[in-house]
Amino acid sequence: MHVVPDRPAEMSPAAPLRIIAALSGGVDSAVAAARAVDAGHEVVAIHLALSRSPAAERNGSRGCCTVEDSHDARRIADVLGIPFYIWDLSERFQDEVIDDFVAEYAAGRTPNPCLRCNEKIKFTAVLDRALALGFDAVCTGHYARIVDSENGRELHRAVDPGKDQSYVLAVLDEQQLASAMFPLGDTHKDEVRAEAARRGLLVADKPDSHDICFVADGDTSGWLHSRLGDAPGEIVDAVSGEPLGQHDGAFAFTVGQRRGLGLGRPAPDGARRYVIEVDTASSTVLVGPPTLLDVDLIYGDKARWSGPAITGVTAARVQVRAHGDTVPADVDVLGDGVVALLGESLRGVAAGQAMVMYDGTRVIGSATITRATRQ
Amino acid sequence: MYLDHAATTPMRPEAVTAMVAEMGRVGNASSLHASGRRARRIVEESRESIAAALGAQPRDVIFTSGGTESDNLAIKGLYRARVSEDSRRLRILCAPVEHHAVLDPVEWLAKTQDAEVVWLRVDHLGRVDLESLGAELALDPDSIALVTVMWANNEVGTVQPIAEIAELCAAAGVPLHVDGVQAVGQLPVDAALVDSLALSGHKLGGPHGVGALVLRQGINLVPLQHGGGQERDIRSGTLDTPAIASLAAAITAAVGDRDSRGAQTRALRDDLVRRVLGSIPGVSRNGDPINSLPGIANLSFEGCEGDALLLLLDAAGIECSRGSACTAGVPQPSHVLLAMGLDPLTARGSLRFSLGYTSTQADIDCLVEVLPSIVKRARRAGSAR
Repeated sequence: MHVVPDRPAEMSPAAPLRIIAALSGGVDSAVAAARAVDAGHEVVAIHLALSRSPAAERNGSRGCCTVEDSHDARRIADVLGIPFYIWDLSERFQDEVIDDFVAEYAAGRTPNPCLRCNEKIKFTAVLDRALALGFDAVCTGHYARIVDSENGRELHRAVDPGKDQSYVLAVLDEQQLASAMFPLGDTHKDEVRAEAARRGLLVADKPDSHDICFVADGDTSGWLHSRLGDAPGEIVDAVSGEPLGQHDGAFAFTVGQRRGLGLGRPAPDGARRYVIEVDTASSTVLVGPPTLLDVDLIYGDKARWSGPAITGVTAARVQVRAHGDTVPADVDVLGDGVVALLGESLRGVAAGQAMVMYDGTRVIGSATITRATRQ
Repeated sequence: MYLDHAATTPMRPEAVTAMVAEMGRVGNASSLHASGRRARRIVEESRESIAAALGAQPRDVIFTSGGTESDNLAIKGLYRARVSEDSRRLRILCAPVEHHAVLDPVEWLAKTQDAEVVWLRVDHLGRVDLESLGAELALDPDSIALVTVMWANNEVGTVQPIAEIAELCAAAGVPLHVDGVQAVGQLPVDAALVDSLALSGHKLGGPHGVGALVLRQGINLVPLQHGGGQERDIRSGTLDTPAIASLAAAITAAVGDRDSRGAQTRALRDDLVRRVLGSIPGVSRNGDPINSLPGIANLSFEGCEGDALLLLLDAAGIECSRGSACTAGVPQPSHVLLAMGLDPLTARGSLRFSLGYTSTQADIDCLVEVLPSIVKRARRAGSAR
């Protein structure tokens, strides 16, 4: 027997709920579904078919939605003794995630497709369908905690800082959180693997997924070129304005990027060059020393609030990339977005990424970064 | 409640008895000693009773592992034999509503063995158009390797005009393969009408993993499996005596009570269709309502995803099917319904209820009672997409 730590409220229910458990075929969602079953809920498993032409087998930690993954998911459902269905959301995924990913890069921004998938696929398309079919909630293997406090339902960081996924869930609004269940938020990953092994789930040792699931070989730049073609332009020194070289598509560069510039010669002072700015309209990539990447004022649009929206200047900590550190900031609402005045500067903040605001472990909300500058 | 008999139907008690009896005995039907001779006798008596039930000669019956193997053996084997006799015979005439056990070998031959597929025209009921078949056969009979048309469709139940099709093929001198997996035991099937007939044990109350190809004498096949040559050198592999004994018992039983059982199943099926069409708006029936398998009711539910209906019915304890094969586990709209002219959206909202010998009036009453609220809910989910 393992010791069951304090569970979020919905894992020890007064009345069982009808739950849709999304099984990826991996270990996290398997254990999450198992815990929902143990808690006495009526659980139905689904596997999302997100790719229009799935590969037969997984290739290490890359890719997803392979036929092998769907077999693993089915086998997990068998072991748990729950019904299993495949939901084909490949069209929605194409429209909402992949097309958006391409359009964002084409506009010179750096999107986060996982976050987009959580917002538009798992907690919109799947959740809407689940609710319409009479289910109460969608359960996933994400590492984040839902806490029902006196202020209402809150989203918090997972207890395992190495696995915390609250950043990619911060786009969920109150309504979506009301029907979400994350049973793994209070557990460390190694405990989840051990639990999977104890439960006889054969995916206990399956590698974690990394990278972007629909870019099977991990070569995002090559993948973007295959969709957007070539758009040659100049790589320009951000300080002197001097042309330094050529590139075949500004869209494939990301602010803060150092590798793959192909300039062949160092800056006069010997300092490494970084991508400072990407302008896809003029097909120009500005490069320069890392100090030019330091920002302390960030603007974001499309704010989403995990609880009540902030009113007036609020002290928070903000995080601007999936596994980045937080910095203190004063944040305020600006139109349908937010503005954050950082207490210490951040280096390399790319437009298109999410800026997530935290109060301690609690997620306040998020916004999509539009601009990051120096005050 | 089990309403998926076209996927597989419970074994008949006679078949279970025959199988269990043989499982307790030793003997390879190819061995020459007493145990082998005893097993051989069971196999040959089974072959004779199957031949008798289907109007074939015992030597025509080739035991296989099931319907898919029988279809593959017939289609690939006939094609290779015909092409080796005359290299002009590259055309395969095939109905687009065939099971994947037929479609996939045909497409594989086209992809890898120079075959040229001619898709036969079918009408809105899924019936092969005899005029266009006649025209194709008349066009250049020397270029045709074979014609393949199923006896009855597994998804919508439509029965093909096999006698007329066989007549046209015979007149053109072209062999006809018929997938009879759904028809044997449900309809009067006369194997003598056709050149080759595939059947499967578990669809007619026999065990899984056994079937037969009934191949008219004089039709040449190139084998797929090479080995001991147990079945006339056309199919190799140690004969599965218990399964073959059980298959014969099931076929004998199914053909024996076919008409009375068929009438009963048909009455239940018609009651199901009538009451569902009468109680739920936006439902239409697919397939031939007259010339049909007795147990199949294929219905389209406007504004629903078949998946959603299945999930909700499953939760209510009702087991049925989308009736279509899956590609990579992702449900596709049925190729049969698309070939019959349904639009993809309607095809996706279709379900197959298939009744069998264990179905009861209480099953139908229960389905008719719960279905309206399930359809209502699935429609809500459909519009949420």
